[in-house]
Amino acid sequence: MSKSLIHARGLTKKFGDFTAVNGIDFDVIKGESFGLLGPNGAGKSTAMRMIGATSQRTSGDLTILDKDPDKFGPQIRAHLGVVPQQDNLDTQLSVVENLYIYGRYFGLSRKFLKGKIEELLSFAQLEEKRNAKVESLSGGMKRRLTIARALVSEPEILMLDEPTTGLDPQARHILWDRLFRLKEDGVTLLITTHFMDEAEQLCDRLVVMDKGAIMAEGSPAQLIKDYSMKEVLELRFGSERNAHMADDLRQLCDRIEELPDRILMYTEDGEELLERVYKKGFHPKTSLVRRSSLEDVFLRLTGRTLID
Amino acid sequence: MSSLQTRQGSLKIVDAARVAARGALFVTEARLRAMVKWLWLIISIAIANPVLYLISIGLGLGSYIDQNTGAMGVDGVSYLTFLAPALLATAAIQGAMDESVYPTLEGFKWNKTFFSMNATPLSGNQIAMGVFYNSLIRTIFTAVLYWLVMLTFGVLDSPRAWFAIFTAIMAGAAFGALMQALAGFLENENVFFTIVERFIIMPLFLFSGTFYPLTNMPIFLQWIGWISPLWHATELGRWLTYGSEISTPMLFLHFIFLNSILIIGLIASRRIFTKRLGK
Repeated sequence: MSKSLIHARGLTKKFGDFTAVNGIDFDVIKGESFGLLGPNGAGKSTAMRMIGATSQRTSGDLTILDKDPDKFGPQIRAHLGVVPQQDNLDTQLSVVENLYIYGRYFGLSRKFLKGKIEELLSFAQLEEKRNAKVESLSGGMKRRLTIARALVSEPEILMLDEPTTGLDPQARHILWDRLFRLKEDGVTLLITTHFMDEAEQLCDRLVVMDKGAIMAEGSPAQLIKDYSMKEVLELRFGSERNAHMADDLRQLCDRIEELPDRILMYTEDGEELLERVYKKGFHPKTSLVRRSSLEDVFLRLTGRTLID
Repeated sequence: MSSLQTRQGSLKIVDAARVAARGALFVTEARLRAMVKWLWLIISIAIANPVLYLISIGLGLGSYIDQNTGAMGVDGVSYLTFLAPALLATAAIQGAMDESVYPTLEGFKWNKTFFSMNATPLSGNQIAMGVFYNSLIRTIFTAVLYWLVMLTFGVLDSPRAWFAIFTAIMAGAAFGALMQALAGFLENENVFFTIVERFIIMPLFLFSGTFYPLTNMPIFLQWIGWISPLWHATELGRWLTYGSEISTPMLFLHFIFLNSILIIGLIASRRIFTKRLGK
């Protein structure tokens, strides 16, 4: 068995005339945490459904655990844990029952599930909600339950589609912590997200996707190094003046991005650049120096921001 | 705050072959768990339904008809004996529909639980069959309870009356499978409730020879009964319970028709479920 758990070459999915995923290539290695980063509509979820062996590809090669999902869907799905974008829990059943029936779908015995469910309740911090109906849970609890549910079969690959969308900051951090633990336990993670901080936190390696295609691939640090500069100076002159100022600022650095609400200047030293801005007699309403992020990589690659 | 230290990995603990063999039953098990939460309601409906029908139609309409036609005036038997197989089949169909239409709409649309099932080794075919088995269980439960209520009311004077349970179940199974396919096919559930229920299901009940022989209808309306599983099941039930006059070819036709609808409904459900899940 090769080390690559997921192998895609020229993977394509069309819905009629619309190409949702357009010939993407990537490999996911055992034990790593791999991310698909891109805005809504980039084709991430469609790619996830093909990898999840539920949606058939239009063309290209795809193997998961060395098997073709078109021929061995159930055999592949037996080893995947899927956390969909929408928590499709059974709202008529309790927390414990949701874990139980899901385990049964994998053919697991009642005896095994009895112990497993206790472990998962503890992992998801839902012990006190064990008999609560799903409807009564908060968004963060539902998300943790959906992740716990995906772990009931001890999957080789855990697939998370936008795991923290719609959660408050505290709930996101709890979730990230749980996912870190899984990684430490050797679970291979495949994550889609349109949050660059999430991708930086969770992914060893990622691909940046836009309009169904892969724009770049690498570790977060490598991508930032390759496609951006060390620091970013953000200036705001007020929405009226931003466009006007951008032309004048271009003389001060090699790369400038002009956004509706602010101007981004890319540089190796943000403070030094800011000094030069003032010396030239420019007076921004606000200024901020920060480190480059994947957001900047995406902006560079596509000319657009991640969250529209 | 445990880490998952007992982890052995799915390659060791998950047996895809076991799911391939028994997956539909796991779906039924899950559906039954949800159904049990509504058990009091299911039992109430199953009992209240026949009680109301027997009081209103049996005591009211039945005694009126029997007074005017004599105790053996409808098809050679009392009106309630004539009516019993049709009422049983109607109740069985309603039970089957509750358990096939709502779970299908819920699974595809409201909670999207079918998509979470399909992320496991379960296939679309198995999900469709699991829902059908559950609907069949509800059908049998409803028909048997209905029959027991009729027995209590003392309206079953034929010693073979219990045969009607089987024809009612056949009607429920056939109709349930077909409606399950339709509910899976229609992506907008409002179409189901406004058009299918009012303009397809309702006329089938009214024009299926339920309350009087189908031949009382003008010929240009009789075709509605011919395509209705309810009429075929009722005709079979009448023959089985009190030996109504019927030719052997017609008996076969009723039997074959009901089973054909069942098979068509199941094949369509399996295909529609698989296709919709695989989009």
